[in-house]
Amino acid sequence: MKARTDLIVIGGGLHGLSAALQSARRGLRVVLLEGAFTGRHASGATAAGVRSLNRAVEELPLSLEAQAQWEDMTTLVGDDCGFHAGGQVQVAMDADAEARIKARIARLEALGMHHECWIGPDRLAELVPVMQPGALGAAYVARDGSADPHRTIRAFRAACLDTGVEILENHTVTWLAREETRWTVVAGGITHVAPTVVNAAGAWGRQIAKLAGDPLDVGIKNSMMIVTERCEPCLGPVISAQNRKLSFKQTADGTFLIGGGVQGRLRPGGGSASVDFGALSGAMSTTLALFPWVADLRLVRAWAGMEAATADLLPVIGPSRRAPGLIHVFGFSGHGFQLVPSVGRVIADLAETGRTRTELSAFDPGRLATNRKAA
Amino acid sequence: MTFDVAIIGAGPAGMQAACDLRARDLSVVVLDEQPAPGGQIWRGVERNCQPGSHLAQGLGAEYRQGADVARSFRASGADYRPLSRVWQIEESGKEATTQSWQVFVTREGQAEVIEARRVLLAIGAQERPVPFPGWTRPGVMTVGAAQILLKSGGLLPEGPVWISGAGPLPLLYAHQLRKLGGQIEGFLDTAPRDTLRRGLPHLNGALRDWKSLVKGLGWQAGIRLSGLRRETGVTQLRAEGGERLERIRWQTPEGEKSAAAGVLLIHEGLVPSVHPTLSLQCEHAWSDTQKSLRPVLDAWGETTRSGLFVAGDAAGIDGAKAALAKGTLAAIGIARSLGVLEDTKARQARAAGDRALSKARAARPLLDSLYPAPEGKISDDTIVCRCEELTAGQIRAAARRGAADPNRVKAETRAGMGPCQGRQCGYTVARLIAEAHDLPRAEVGFHNIRPPLKPVTLGELASLGKAKT
Ligand SMILES: Cc1cc2nc3c(=O)[nH]c(=O)nc-3n(C[C@H](O)[C@H](O)[C@H](O)COP(=O)(O)OP(=O)(O)OC[C@H]3O[C@@H](n4cnc5c(N)ncnc54)[C@H](O)[C@@H]3O)c2cc1C
Repeated sequence: MKARTDLIVIGGGLHGLSAALQSARRGLRVVLLEGAFTGRHASGATAAGVRSLNRAVEELPLSLEAQAQWEDMTTLVGDDCGFHAGGQVQVAMDADAEARIKARIARLEALGMHHECWIGPDRLAELVPVMQPGALGAAYVARDGSADPHRTIRAFRAACLDTGVEILENHTVTWLAREETRWTVVAGGITHVAPTVVNAAGAWGRQIAKLAGDPLDVGIKNSMMIVTERCEPCLGPVISAQNRKLSFKQTADGTFLIGGGVQGRLRPGGGSASVDFGALSGAMSTTLALFPWVADLRLVRAWAGMEAATADLLPVIGPSRRAPGLIHVFGFSGHGFQLVPSVGRVIADLAETGRTRTELSAFDPGRLATNRKAA
Repeated sequence: MTFDVAIIGAGPAGMQAACDLRARDLSVVVLDEQPAPGGQIWRGVERNCQPGSHLAQGLGAEYRQGADVARSFRASGADYRPLSRVWQIEESGKEATTQSWQVFVTREGQAEVIEARRVLLAIGAQERPVPFPGWTRPGVMTVGAAQILLKSGGLLPEGPVWISGAGPLPLLYAHQLRKLGGQIEGFLDTAPRDTLRRGLPHLNGALRDWKSLVKGLGWQAGIRLSGLRRETGVTQLRAEGGERLERIRWQTPEGEKSAAAGVLLIHEGLVPSVHPTLSLQCEHAWSDTQKSLRPVLDAWGETTRSGLFVAGDAAGIDGAKAALAKGTLAAIGIARSLGVLEDTKARQARAAGDRALSKARAARPLLDSLYPAPEGKISDDTIVCRCEELTAGQIRAAARRGAADPNRVKAETRAGMGPCQGRQCGYTVARLIAEAHDLPRAEVGFHNIRPPLKPVTLGELASLGKAKT
């Protein structure tokens, strides 16, 4: 049996859900195929930092658009997704870090972007009283913050269902092929047919690309996270540090979430990632230098999440150069959460009209194309 | 240094395996949380069996036997490290010859990584958590916890004490408590009343272990003779009160009853400790008779991850005697996999071990059929996840909202994300999912286990980095 539709989205992470939702709002009939359940991988493992701070310049137009969308999430998905604009702070722990931050802010200013500002030690101590004094200052974005990832997944999923998106969980895509003007996609024993396919398969995006005849040179990241026991609320902004692997924040329920890109291990078979405690231990020094009191807190859980990563750490967003009717949206390299609403808008543009007003050249899949024969 | 074998758990299985492996001259490290060897069953056995200890008499002959095993273990030359909390196990090195495991352990606030070529998990069992309304109220605890208080300090509960549940442990505890002068108000037997019909088919096989049967009958008779109130066919237990337990209420086929209670001790059997094997993604099988998961093991006690072995109750609930036999068998398997015992010799050695194990297990089918895990309906108002305070009603609603996957329900509700890692709620959540989707329990599985396996502070984690450099 063949099920015909307008758009097939492969992958039920937040990017798949956002693309599906916003395409369906434009009147397209959308089927979303998810191999496990919505949010099973990066979107469920994420630190959920909503950050424009220290973004690559190429990503900033999308990031600043998303910043405004996060402030008004209820309009998009009927829930605020636990977004809290507590600010993001990037600490300078030494003179080199200070110089780099100030140079970056100057570059942004020259481009007419004023979202980041430099704050001195006094203002920093006011913002983050629980931090050890001694830092030289920080970059600060007041409108940034963080959200609740599971609430975000629930809200996007519910909005998709309300808009008529058909979500099929436990439906892994095992085969797809272009026949004349249509794609045939096989998942969970059902064949789906549509003119356009969105590849939002996250860490498996490169496998889908290869199946579709568009092999791309994309790697895997396995970033780790730690969550502690609950404490009284005492930390507003999300803290990171220039030149160091650190991301530190307190969630709405009082736990502390620590990450910052320390890498875990890929499990044999490549289906999931596991924690490397030796590496985590080494990375604790920055956290303890800034927040020595966390030493007494109990670690409740640690995990590693899989996500596709590119060499230039920029995502793959846009039409495939070699497979007509295929739109890639993956490879967010560990910082795609914030971009979910705006990138979904871009994919809906492409799915609906084949064009978008957003400049995508930096994200062009063509830059990562590998030789078909070699692949 | 890299040990040949790291054994986790110094109960019957771990101690026996350590002795046998040392006899083959392998280097062995034994890690255990407790301050002294013995595991759950022989907790405190060295101290309690010193001359003049009144506890040793009350705790019985089988308990005193543990002192001998502990003595051999102490003399075995194994590097025994008490008060060591293992919180993570990782594998490094892919080939069988270069394979090594890293065991992360904390001792006196200092974290350390211990390397070993093989790992034996002899981590025993935990009591099956059975949620009912009021089970989180102070005054309610498990029989196992009460027995720990008895063994580690001779502490007796203060009444009126009620025991509710089924299985040998409540009978044994009641027996021990009476011998030590403790008082029990009443016993609520939650096993269904058709004992004879369920037990009879297994009686013959169980007679191979007639000594245990006689002992069990003795405990039963003791309870009958002691004149304490005994209720059978008990269902729908509730623990009521304010800050503390004040009253218990239950149903029998004759109707609702209630009684004043100061302490309620519950026990509905044991389940293997499977968190480490689950977190290492070993294959597990669902046992319908014991209503629990157990790691899939080959004839040598090896899991589906080569180099990782399991022995004792962690491999399936069979009791202390079987745990000793399983320890011996795992030691043979490990010696064989390390190449110090050739295959034909190993097979011969195994045959004797298998016989001992099958004898030690003889009464198990009878016990499993006499004391089945309770399967009564869990009322919507019952707290299921203690860490996140989620009720059965909330879990049921989440279970109905999507795929029958415990990981999805965990992500949605947070059940299983708290400090206990689902040790309290995991089976119940899976059962509620199976119920909502009308699936056999075996098909639902268990949520993914995230490290750490035991609590560790961030300071301890950081101290690991310092220890390394
Ligand atoms: C530990 C960690 C911390 C992070 N912290 C932040 C942060 O603070 N801020 C930020 O902005 N970003 C952060 N990120 C990144 C962000 O979470 C990701 O960029 C984002 O969630 C990616 O979403 P996705 O939909 O592309 O991928 P995913 O959520 O991984 O979704 C891909 C989906 O595709 C499915 N799939 C794969 N193959 C198939 C197939 N063949 N058929 C059907 N389905 C398939 C998978 O099951 C999966 O559900 C973090 C990521 C990680 C891992």
